[in-house]
Amino acid sequence: MVLELQKPRPIWQIMFSTHHTDVGLLYLITSMSFLFMGGALALAIRAELFLPGAQIIGDAMTFNRIFTVHGTTLIFLFIIPFASAVGNYFVPIMVRYKDMAYPKLNAIAFWMIPPAGALIWLGFADFTWYATPPYSIISAPGPAADMWIFGLKILGISSVLGAINFVVTILKCKHPDMSIGQVPLLAWSFLSSSLIILVAIPTFAAALLMLLTDRLGVTGFFNPAMGGDPIAYAHLFWFTFHPEVYVLVIPAIGMMYEIIPRFSRRPIFSYNSGVFAFVLLSIVGFSSWAHHMYATGMSFTEKTVFMVGTLAAVPASAMHVFNFIATMWNGRIRFATPMMWAVGGIALFFSAGAGGVANAAMPLDFTTHDTYWVVGHFHLFVMGTIAFGSIGYFYYMFPYVTGRMYNETMGKVHFVMSFIGTILVFFTQHVLGLYGMPRRIFDYPPIPEWIAMNQIVTVGAMIIGVSMAIFLGNMIYSSAKGKPVDAHDPFELGGKYYYPFEQKNPHH
Amino acid sequence: MKKKEYGRKMGGHSNWPEWIYVGIVIALMLWVGAEAWNVERLVEHVPEGAEVIKVTGQQWFWTFEHEDGTKEIGELHVEKGKAYKFEITAKDVNHSFNIHDYVVLMDAIPGRVNTVWFAPTDVGEHDIQCREYCGLIHYNMRGTLYVEEPSS
Ligand code: HEM
Ligand SMILES: [Cu+2]
Ligand SMILES: [Cu+2]
Repeated sequence: MVLELQKPRPIWQIMFSTHHTDVGLLYLITSMSFLFMGGALALAIRAELFLPGAQIIGDAMTFNRIFTVHGTTLIFLFIIPFASAVGNYFVPIMVRYKDMAYPKLNAIAFWMIPPAGALIWLGFADFTWYATPPYSIISAPGPAADMWIFGLKILGISSVLGAINFVVTILKCKHPDMSIGQVPLLAWSFLSSSLIILVAIPTFAAALLMLLTDRLGVTGFFNPAMGGDPIAYAHLFWFTFHPEVYVLVIPAIGMMYEIIPRFSRRPIFSYNSGVFAFVLLSIVGFSSWAHHMYATGMSFTEKTVFMVGTLAAVPASAMHVFNFIATMWNGRIRFATPMMWAVGGIALFFSAGAGGVANAAMPLDFTTHDTYWVVGHFHLFVMGTIAFGSIGYFYYMFPYVTGRMYNETMGKVHFVMSFIGTILVFFTQHVLGLYGMPRRIFDYPPIPEWIAMNQIVTVGAMIIGVSMAIFLGNMIYSSAKGKPVDAHDPFELGGKYYYPFEQKNPHH
Repeated sequence: MKKKEYGRKMGGHSNWPEWIYVGIVIALMLWVGAEAWNVERLVEHVPEGAEVIKVTGQQWFWTFEHEDGTKEIGELHVEKGKAYKFEITAKDVNHSFNIHDYVVLMDAIPGRVNTVWFAPTDVGEHDIQCREYCGLIHYNMRGTLYVEEPSS
């Protein structure tokens, strides 16, 4: 598969194109830019928390705005567009169709992202990525809050359009010779996550509008002063966003399904179990949303129901881990950079899941909820699993996109530093949570254990920061000056067999 | 490896190790769930005669009202060995009432009263904090719990 960046073209030709690889490239560049922007905010947060007392960020309001935009950016402007980039490049090729089903819709879905990103960054809201009422209604300063609401609204529509496109491309446009049981697991991951989007997103889309009219004072859905109920918002929010975490993680697992068998030079251990686990996860994922709300005063019965719903989703995730390990077991593994990221990602995925089981057990959640434990927990997913899988895949597609090879040594240095940093940051945050440090705080009392752990976390974050700078340098340098590759086997795995999607879609 | 042999090995027909593994995971989840259910049931049972303390969160401090009507702001004095039931609410936005050392955590939500109980076992001081984001001074919405010897 040759993805055409080799022949230089004027930028506007790519920008106005509706061809799937061009839209994919736009998604790729946008999402990577937001990764670095959001990451810079994380480093500011960590510098501030290195010691008690105000450090580099003068006041609490600025701090609150920074972590809000950090979270919003990395979830909605990095993870999701990155998955769309990969889907755009590979799904049509994998189902052997000339493009996405609706190329214009595809371009429109992409072009909604930059204005949404601008609204979020120019507004710089402070109400956390939950935008919980009544704070978000009566206390959060506008116009930042309103801009955030519009930004998210646009991103929601963009994801729904993208999801429709993937579902139709995979189900309706796949080559007639190809049965659904032959569609590669990466494409299955897009099918599953797109179906989740279509069911989950409308709920939050409605909640956002209600939030907006509440802010304008014309309604009081979530405003207790007008007889509304803030808990209703929490349900609507998590009904969308618990399933959404699977939307984030499933494509990353799909990317690992591409990388791991290939670099183990062995087919996947069980294709069927991979498909089964994706489909199962996308259904069971809807039964657990209120595990985020144990401490809102739910009854014992409600809590029990959602605990059971949460634990029920665990076997499906565990099946993926098994599948990966079983694939590598007797493989002739080549630890090139993409493989290192994928394997590291699986290890962190496993730890993240183990911590999640502890959160789900209701009595334990009262210790961990809204402490740094939770910050550590979800970052093992968003950073440890999803960003690792995505970055691994980025290295993997780099030679196909640019026709040149990245610097392998620098890729490995990037991985080792990020892996060490991730463990330092997010494992330590779990312990810090057990010591009671709440999340989303600008400053903390000088408790010796808290100080020590915050310093470890900050050092870890700086290590990740340096490794990301190396990454950026490597990508810029190598895309211009890297060694030209043999596009049939850039990773020297030997044998065409390992690249089954040897095909190219011409521009139309 | 020959095509046929490989199909048998990888095709998912003979992957009994996976079934065993999935069985173990399911068993583990059942155990975690049962244990959690049982503990939570016991923990939520409020002892009879627990003294009521009304807790109100507002930007950015805690107010406590005892049964006898005395009020405290930012400090809470209780006696060792007694059981207390907190009735928690908020005036403006959501907060979360937290005494980490005693695993007391319950959201304070305007328009609702949530309850949680505890029985301090030792004399001492403990931190009270807010664990739900509530705006500008959320980070410093702190207080102190004083556990004292019974008075009589
Ligand atoms: C260098 C790596 C990273 C570091 C050091 C880091 C650090 C942090 C910190 C310190 C917070 C604030 C915690 C608090 O609430 O007080 C945070 C929040 C968050 N981060 Fe990261 N982060 C990193 C990467 C990522 C990535 C890759 C993602 C997503 C893909 C992400 C998503 C989030 C989200 C969703 C929040 C919650 C924001 C909120 O509560 O409003 N982070 N992160
Ligand atoms: Cu969840
Ligand atoms: Cu607070």
